[in-house]
Amino acid sequence: MTEAIAYELAKKQQEISVAEFFERNKHILGFGNPTRALMTSVKEGVDNALDACEESGILPDIYVEIRNHAEEEECTIIVEDNGPGIVKQQLPHVFARLLYGSRFHSIRQTRGQQGIGISAVVLYGQLTTGKHAKIISKIQQDLPAVVVELAIDTVKNRGEIISQDIEHWEKPSGTRIEVSILADCKRGKRFVYDYLKSTSIVNPHARITFKEMDGTQHVFECTSDQLPKMAVEVKPHPYGVELGTMLKLAKNTNSRKLSSFLKNEFSSMGDRTTNAVCDEAQLDRNMDPGKMNRDQFMALNKAFKKIKIMSPSTECLSPIGETLIKRSLKSETQEISPEFIITATRPASVYSGNPFQVEVGIVYGGSLPKDKPVTILRFANRVPLLYQQGDCQSTIALGSIDWRRYGFDQPNGKGIPSGPAIFLVHVASTQIPFTSESKEAIADIPEIESEVVLAFRECARKVQFHINKKVKRVKTREKFELITKILPEIAKKSAHMLGRPEPPLDKVITSIMDVVWIEDLVEYEKVSGKSVEQKKLFDDSVQQQAGRWITKSTIMIVNYKPKPQKFSLYALIPQDAVVGTVSPKPVKITPQYIKWNVDGLASAKKMDISFELAGLSKGDFDVNDLYVEHINPAYVIGADKWEGD
Amino acid sequence: MAGSSKKTPIMCRPDVMPKIDAIALSVYDDLMNAQIPSLKLSTRTKANIRFDDKLSVWKYGKGMSERSAKSLDGAYMLLRTMYVVDFIKEMIKVSKTSTLREMYYISEGWNLAKFGSQNESDMLAEDLEVITGCMREDFKLRPEEDGARVIGNITIEEMTRNKTKKKIHCQDDVGDSGYSIPYNVEPEKVTFKSIDADFILAIETGGMFDRLVENGFDTDYNAVLVHLKGQPARSTRRFIKRLSEAKKMPVLVFTDCDPWSFRIFASVSYGAIKTAHISEYLATPSAQYLGVTPSDIENYKLPTDTLTDEDVHALKSELDDPRFQDQFWKNEIKLQLSTGKKSEQQALAKYGLDYVTDTYLPEKLAELGVLKK
Repeated sequence: MTEAIAYELAKKQQEISVAEFFERNKHILGFGNPTRALMTSVKEGVDNALDACEESGILPDIYVEIRNHAEEEECTIIVEDNGPGIVKQQLPHVFARLLYGSRFHSIRQTRGQQGIGISAVVLYGQLTTGKHAKIISKIQQDLPAVVVELAIDTVKNRGEIISQDIEHWEKPSGTRIEVSILADCKRGKRFVYDYLKSTSIVNPHARITFKEMDGTQHVFECTSDQLPKMAVEVKPHPYGVELGTMLKLAKNTNSRKLSSFLKNEFSSMGDRTTNAVCDEAQLDRNMDPGKMNRDQFMALNKAFKKIKIMSPSTECLSPIGETLIKRSLKSETQEISPEFIITATRPASVYSGNPFQVEVGIVYGGSLPKDKPVTILRFANRVPLLYQQGDCQSTIALGSIDWRRYGFDQPNGKGIPSGPAIFLVHVASTQIPFTSESKEAIADIPEIESEVVLAFRECARKVQFHINKKVKRVKTREKFELITKILPEIAKKSAHMLGRPEPPLDKVITSIMDVVWIEDLVEYEKVSGKSVEQKKLFDDSVQQQAGRWITKSTIMIVNYKPKPQKFSLYALIPQDAVVGTVSPKPVKITPQYIKWNVDGLASAKKMDISFELAGLSKGDFDVNDLYVEHINPAYVIGADKWEGD
Repeated sequence: MAGSSKKTPIMCRPDVMPKIDAIALSVYDDLMNAQIPSLKLSTRTKANIRFDDKLSVWKYGKGMSERSAKSLDGAYMLLRTMYVVDFIKEMIKVSKTSTLREMYYISEGWNLAKFGSQNESDMLAEDLEVITGCMREDFKLRPEEDGARVIGNITIEEMTRNKTKKKIHCQDDVGDSGYSIPYNVEPEKVTFKSIDADFILAIETGGMFDRLVENGFDTDYNAVLVHLKGQPARSTRRFIKRLSEAKKMPVLVFTDCDPWSFRIFASVSYGAIKTAHISEYLATPSAQYLGVTPSDIENYKLPTDTLTDEDVHALKSELDDPRFQDQFWKNEIKLQLSTGKKSEQQALAKYGLDYVTDTYLPEKLAELGVLKK
């Protein structure tokens, strides 16, 4: 009887077509409603375009257009890039076959991964409008472009070429996709705009043009001509590896010994760690991995977690960098004219064997509203996350900080603070742990939460420092007014009334001010050719970028205290800077700072310090971060207490 | 110089000039000695007034404030002081006077030393009084406000602008609005030729003053009615003091029933906090508060308004005001805080226009022993 039922059941068991799968799961894939569908379609197209350009070392120049149709809810989306193009044979696979991609099996930071994205858009268009996707691709300057119309055979999960042709295309190379979909472009275009703008912030090397239905065109210019550091493919780290993966690796390895298998197939495994793991698992390091049984692999897997293994290499990550985030934010927030922008990039870290890195930025002041919650811009692997803000671990992490300490409003010291600021958070990882396949929120991972908190704390401290410095400066400016204008008038008037000579004021001035005043100025100078001598201090990659703009920082120190002053001054310099001429001679230069000793600056005397930075764009370095040591910081206006390296 | 052209015969005290120069000299010496220039003066706050047993008025205590050039505000204040002092010297030299308001406008031409508001320049004039012990009249500065009114059976002789003496009977020679008190009521300006009255009734509001005049209260009860016009000007207070001392007449103060009116009484009787340096010239320690008291509101069942937050705050502040520490005031203030009600003196009209003169005042005056029951 039982057998008979099984046969019965077998008749019903069949392959599920991708179309059906898609239809049932379209909300998880980001096509849940017509507004979302528009945004998701553009996003998948742009993510692909950016990845394609970067992989071939081309600065992305991306064109996005939305066209409206006569029919209410149907529109055409066009995404065009200047990437390497795609060979004709691959077109049906790339655009019309789900779960087909080049990146799923590699461990490095990329935008797309599973190979669902763009094919899902094509499928969604086909299901909702019945129209085919049109692809143009050009792979070489002297070849014509290929034009194909694609459909997805939803039963076989294969792309079908409906028509093909060749045509002339101005571009040296590139890909263009046109898909008609059912979408609400009236409501959706705002999200598309936000998405593209955000994308431009975290992709400073990309130029993005967006043309709306009515012909309005927005251009998000690139603010950097440096391609992001190529993320290198790495081997799996023992901490994150699952048993099945180990079995597969063992099956395919060329290593004949367990020890060499561990060293060759995993990252961060040196001799010492390898021996420690084998000892812990009680396995002979000379045994053949091909002959190991399941229990032995289990033991090995358990041993991995007990041994302290070096963090995975971070070459597989491509963070944006403090300077570039700042430059991008500056360019995108021009109309707000913020008071300052502060960014921080944390060192790479690891969760479950996956390397990740957190970067944050704070845009503060200007015309931003003071009584509204701060705007949060979230990014994962340079892709904006526009939905499910409240569920995202990065939001929860920043909400756990007591922002009241840093001058923000925050009821009960929890949640999203209010204040004139924009917060940016970028998580880069080989594997972003999303809460769901729609990839809108980062999952609850304690390691990530802690890094986000640390990064924001670092920025918040600087925000507070800037605010304090401003308040102190205003107060002291008043004193300047006092000593330069009011006091001489008092002296003049009293002398005049009494018919006596005017009294000298130097000593009174120092006892009124009673501070060491430090004022700084940053200027930029355009450099033609190689007229400026540059000290080669840091790595060569930076050196190649140097030139064009020289950032000149001038610091004036005036001792308005009645006694001579002796102290050390530190000026922080940005990561990517190359130090040029420094005057007077500093006592120390490190990649982080320049240090001077101020020796016995006499009362009412002034001292000038200057340094030049190359390798930065105009505006990258716009405020000096100055610190003092061996002097009571309360006596100093314009610099903070040095807390050590 | 844009001073007033009115020639007012104010005697100049011979020690004014050196006292004024001393201010400039102290600032100059500080600068010469490499000290931050500063001026010290009595702290002019509620916390720094003490009862002077000899004078029976409230004077500034030992608390001193420093106006120092260490702060921007202090430096501005010193610079303005230099300008004002120079201006006063100049006026004394050419025998002119100026109103406080005129001085404020003249300061427009003082560049950095320009005043932000007249309040600032008035305060500075008072500061100079406190520092030097002179009166602002000595500095040739006179107030804007005067014109508080008097009606009663007294004859005043006033030295007029034409340098002629003029006798004025404050019932027969004046209209219904009464004799107008000039800003200077010192003997060189005002003398009392005859006084035939039993008491002085000082009234806060013009409406009540006119009611008593219309009802003939001054003749019926042989009273001198003085209109205080709200918080009374220095000359009004000085006039009341001189008049009461001239014939040992009791002074009764009749105001609304709210914390601000209590302060009016305090400035007449005890001396105002702002002018505590000259309380002995201005205050009449024998003056008594007639009403309207918070108890009157209850006893006479007067129409009321609810106390505002500011009223409550002012009442609470009076509870720690050293001038209101006697049992009468403590009880009345606490009563008002508990009822939460205030009344105007004109609320007595609830019982008819003659009620105040026929019933309320006679009852209250009898209660205070001014009239026989």
